[in-house]
Amino acid sequence: MIPSAFTYERVHTVDEALASLAANPEAKLIAGGHSLLPLMKMRLAAPAALVDIQAIRNLHGVREVDGQVVIGALTTHAEISAHPVVRSLLPALAEAAAQIGDLQVRNRGTIGGNLAHADPSSDLPAVALAYNATLRGLSPAGEFALPADGFFLGPLTTAMPEGAVLTEIAFDVPPAGTQSVYQKVPHPASGYAVVGVAAVIGTDENGCFNYVRIGVTGAGDVAYRAVAAEAALMGQPPTDEAIQAAAGHAAEDGVMGEDLYASADYRAHLVQVHTARAIRRALP
Amino acid sequence: MSATVFGSQVKRREDPRFITGRGRYTDDVQLPGMLYAAILRSPHAHARIASIDTSKAAQLPGVVRVYTGADLQDRMGTIPTAWLPPESDIKTVAHPALAVDTVRYVGDGVAMVVATDRYTARDALDQIHVRYEVLQAVAEQELAMAPGAPQLHADAPNNIAFHWKVGNATDEVFAQAEVVVRHRIRQQRLVPNPMEPRASAAQYDPSTGELTVWVTSQNPHIHRFILSGVLGVPEHKLRVVATDVGGGFGAKIAVYPDEALVGFAARDLGRPVKWTEDRREHFLATTHGRDQVEDIELAGTRDGTLTAIRVKALANMGAYLSTAAPGVPTILFGLIVPGPYQIPYAGADVYGVFTNTTPTDAYRGAGRPEATYLLERMVDLFAREIGMDPVEVRRKNLIPKDAFPYHNAMGLEYDSGDYHRALNRALEMAGYADFRARQQQLRAAGRYVGVGCTTYVEICGLGPSQVAGAVGFQGGLWESSTVRVHPSGKVTVFTGASPHGQGEETTFAQIVASKLHIPVEDIEVIHGDTARIAMGWGTYGSRTTPVGGSALAVATDRVIEKAKKIAAHMLEVSEADVEFVDGSFQAKGAPQRRASFQDVTLQAYLAWNLPAGVEPGLEASAFYDPANFTYSFGTHLCMVEVDAETGDVTIDRYIAVDDCGRVINPMIAEGQVHGGIVQGIGQALYEGAVYDDQAQLLTGTWMDYAMPKARFFPNFETAFTETPSPHNPLGVKGIGETGTIAATPTVVNAVLDALAPFGVREIPMPLTPQRVWQAIQNGREAE
Ligand SMILES: Cc1cc2nc3c(=O)[nH]c(=O)nc-3n(C[C@H](O)[C@H](O)[C@H](O)COP(=O)(O)OP(=O)(O)OC[C@H]3O[C@@H](n4cnc5c(N)ncnc54)[C@H](O)[C@@H]3O)c2cc1C
Repeated sequence: MIPSAFTYERVHTVDEALASLAANPEAKLIAGGHSLLPLMKMRLAAPAALVDIQAIRNLHGVREVDGQVVIGALTTHAEISAHPVVRSLLPALAEAAAQIGDLQVRNRGTIGGNLAHADPSSDLPAVALAYNATLRGLSPAGEFALPADGFFLGPLTTAMPEGAVLTEIAFDVPPAGTQSVYQKVPHPASGYAVVGVAAVIGTDENGCFNYVRIGVTGAGDVAYRAVAAEAALMGQPPTDEAIQAAAGHAAEDGVMGEDLYASADYRAHLVQVHTARAIRRALP
Repeated sequence: MSATVFGSQVKRREDPRFITGRGRYTDDVQLPGMLYAAILRSPHAHARIASIDTSKAAQLPGVVRVYTGADLQDRMGTIPTAWLPPESDIKTVAHPALAVDTVRYVGDGVAMVVATDRYTARDALDQIHVRYEVLQAVAEQELAMAPGAPQLHADAPNNIAFHWKVGNATDEVFAQAEVVVRHRIRQQRLVPNPMEPRASAAQYDPSTGELTVWVTSQNPHIHRFILSGVLGVPEHKLRVVATDVGGGFGAKIAVYPDEALVGFAARDLGRPVKWTEDRREHFLATTHGRDQVEDIELAGTRDGTLTAIRVKALANMGAYLSTAAPGVPTILFGLIVPGPYQIPYAGADVYGVFTNTTPTDAYRGAGRPEATYLLERMVDLFAREIGMDPVEVRRKNLIPKDAFPYHNAMGLEYDSGDYHRALNRALEMAGYADFRARQQQLRAAGRYVGVGCTTYVEICGLGPSQVAGAVGFQGGLWESSTVRVHPSGKVTVFTGASPHGQGEETTFAQIVASKLHIPVEDIEVIHGDTARIAMGWGTYGSRTTPVGGSALAVATDRVIEKAKKIAAHMLEVSEADVEFVDGSFQAKGAPQRRASFQDVTLQAYLAWNLPAGVEPGLEASAFYDPANFTYSFGTHLCMVEVDAETGDVTIDRYIAVDDCGRVINPMIAEGQVHGGIVQGIGQALYEGAVYDDQAQLLTGTWMDYAMPKARFFPNFETAFTETPSPHNPLGVKGIGETGTIAATPTVVNAVLDALAPFGVREIPMPLTPQRVWQAIQNGREAE
């Protein structure tokens, strides 16, 4: 497991990072390294240069601003899952981050790397979709702010401009009274999500659903919002039948993937079952 | 023996070294001027090598030499097979260390680079250009035997490596049976995954002509024997060292091309060379385990009596016959098919088949898990067929304790046992009867819980050398031990067994400590170095303690015998009047006349006043050849719940009652049981190597090959019954493999029991959630 030769540079500002990327089209950013290095060791990726952004101070940490929780791209999964603000305002994010890989992975891996890498089995894309996150950063063309909805284009492909640095992720704090959960089926080998469902759910004074956002990851090439299921649930009473019926639509907005572990049919079934379970868990 | 040391939970003495990074593993060997090897492996499952161009690689700065198969074929021997089952028409096809004109599996070695550092060696591999003419490949044994299948070896028509039969079960027996259940079982392929990958380092001393090879081996003397032949280095000039080995599970029994190549290069280049595989390479180039297709028939009567069992098995051997491989699906499998039951007729008919896959060989349990799995699955199917509780079928057919020694239908003599005691104990721990009642209630509420029960017997303590010869093992299976007592009474013990994580540095010290009445701390156990231990056969087949430990017991007794002579002389009494009590030699009836062990050991070396005819020194060796195998047994029970909506299986409880004869260290024995259970459940629920139809390995990393993890399991509830082996001096049997053997059928039967309401009879292993879910769907549709 020895990667091809590469050069290594540590930068201290986003501008330096942009300059290094611009100077060398073969260069890649490295944050926690826990997606990139495995690929390099298998020689599935062979960047000629690594630009280490860990030392960029202002990309670390969690802040609360104007109804949003803004998380620096370099904040680790461990920091996120332990952070009191995240735990109280974005519990599904805390729950998801706590289930990523193992302790070492959570201590190194970053939210920015996770979302920028866009592994179709990553946990965090589902959460970003459910919380209506905005991904902000800098590219050679200037600042960008992209909604999670539309950010994930395919396996390892995002809407982020070439040569860009993702700097922070802003999560909408969901309306008061909503509950949010993350429900995961981990692959027994990799620990990644075979299926992951993030749901933010609100009910009105009659108990009927009045706020529903559902993000699904792992099931196919790319994480998606289960729009059909969301629509089917809105306005419904919180009965088992209503939940079951709505969850039955949860696979419709995605293209189910297939691998040795789970067929497309089974994945669709898991998406439906775990969407229903997520909704039930999120009921007050 | 002092009851306090033998049988007590002495902490593992080797662990501080292992867990603080102070182990001395092969990859830790660092020598001045060391070079590093990397091996180019075939990306194709079957291809002719049209040409190899190594010129670019050879020019890379730091590359010292590039070898190809053509370079080596006249300079070193091929890799042999060391187990040739008799009357099996076995084809010992040539296995060159590097492929010469044909590659036969993905991972087959094609070239070796030796360079000044690992990185250069690895980079150089990418600079070797091989032109392959790709041939049709075949990964499955049934397809490989079919007409028109690609042929791997010219001298093995239809890819048949051997055909071996055993037993007394005839067609007639089955034709006349009241009940016959038939079933097909596929034992999936598994990849042994010790924490330490394979590695080898070698150093040649031109002044003495001595070659030292460090290697991750479970049996360094077997390595020396075989490497001596392959490399043409005489045995007395070849030293093999395997001091600390980080697990093997059978995969480090074999002598591989790689260590031969490293030894060759070290001598050829006159510089030390090291090679360590990476995990990706491990998946491709280290032996795999299991991989059998079995058609089984079990006959019996409606009252629950089992009368006959036979199996036709096709064993996938991979592309070449690995060192011990042919013995696994034959001797270690076929002979134990009737298991712990009084079944008068039994038979096994086994084909070993070549395919374009990684060679298979022993994997923890080796043959015995396969036999136990099929038997225990069949017993459950039989119980279902006649409408009897599966535990009652077992109880009815288990060999009763007064029937020992018992001769099974294959001719094995089971040494001792009390199978019902272990069964009863396990049922009691589990609350079996209550569980059955609760199961009914839960089913009514739409919850699916199940229980699986396995009663097993295992061939341990490999084995009597005469039998080894009779079954075609190209070696002896006795074991050696030397006990060297130093003048101060401290002791160094040398064993030819080769523990690699099992804990014998502790248990062997306990054996000696309890006999000599000295602290465990006063004893050092040395293993794994042919320069320090004259000869030995290594660690596998649950043999280390019954055979190696017995050798040690005999040698220790010889030391005591000699010490007694010296003590008698010192105490001026006759030898018959001396007894060894609590660490002192004393005159019978006059215990005040005594000499401590240390007094005697000192006098043995001072030799100022030894009895006539007694030589100075205090050291004894034993070459212990066991009279028989030992037969561990037990009952495992497992309770599971299946989530019918998703197919997820949760193990609620796991109960293991094992009998390995006398237990030297309950904590270590329990540890062995735990690890074994986990590995056995790994096969049942998680693990499985998959090849595609081009014989490409699809599960080649830990990202897709699911190793069992601690969080998948509940706490195991373990207990031991102790039925001593009557034929070895310690009364011990063997515990290293029992968990693996028992756990797989226990869990699968539990899941199938849970799904009985859906009429599910079979789910192929591993029982992944999708497969379980699919089985439930199919069952629902059939309703
Ligand atoms: C054993 C193991 C198990 C894992 N299990 C899981 C799991 O269960 N669930 C899960 O979601 N993930 C899992 N992961 C992945 C883990 O979460 C990674 O840490 C994460 O996906 C990537 O974050 P990183 O900081 O390590 O990124 P890196 O590996 O450093 O980078 C990944 C990619 O993103 C780019 N990148 C990184 N940061 C930025 C940035 N700020 N701006 C622009 N581009 C950037 C890099 O150039 C690179 O292409 C696992 C990883 C391992 C090794």
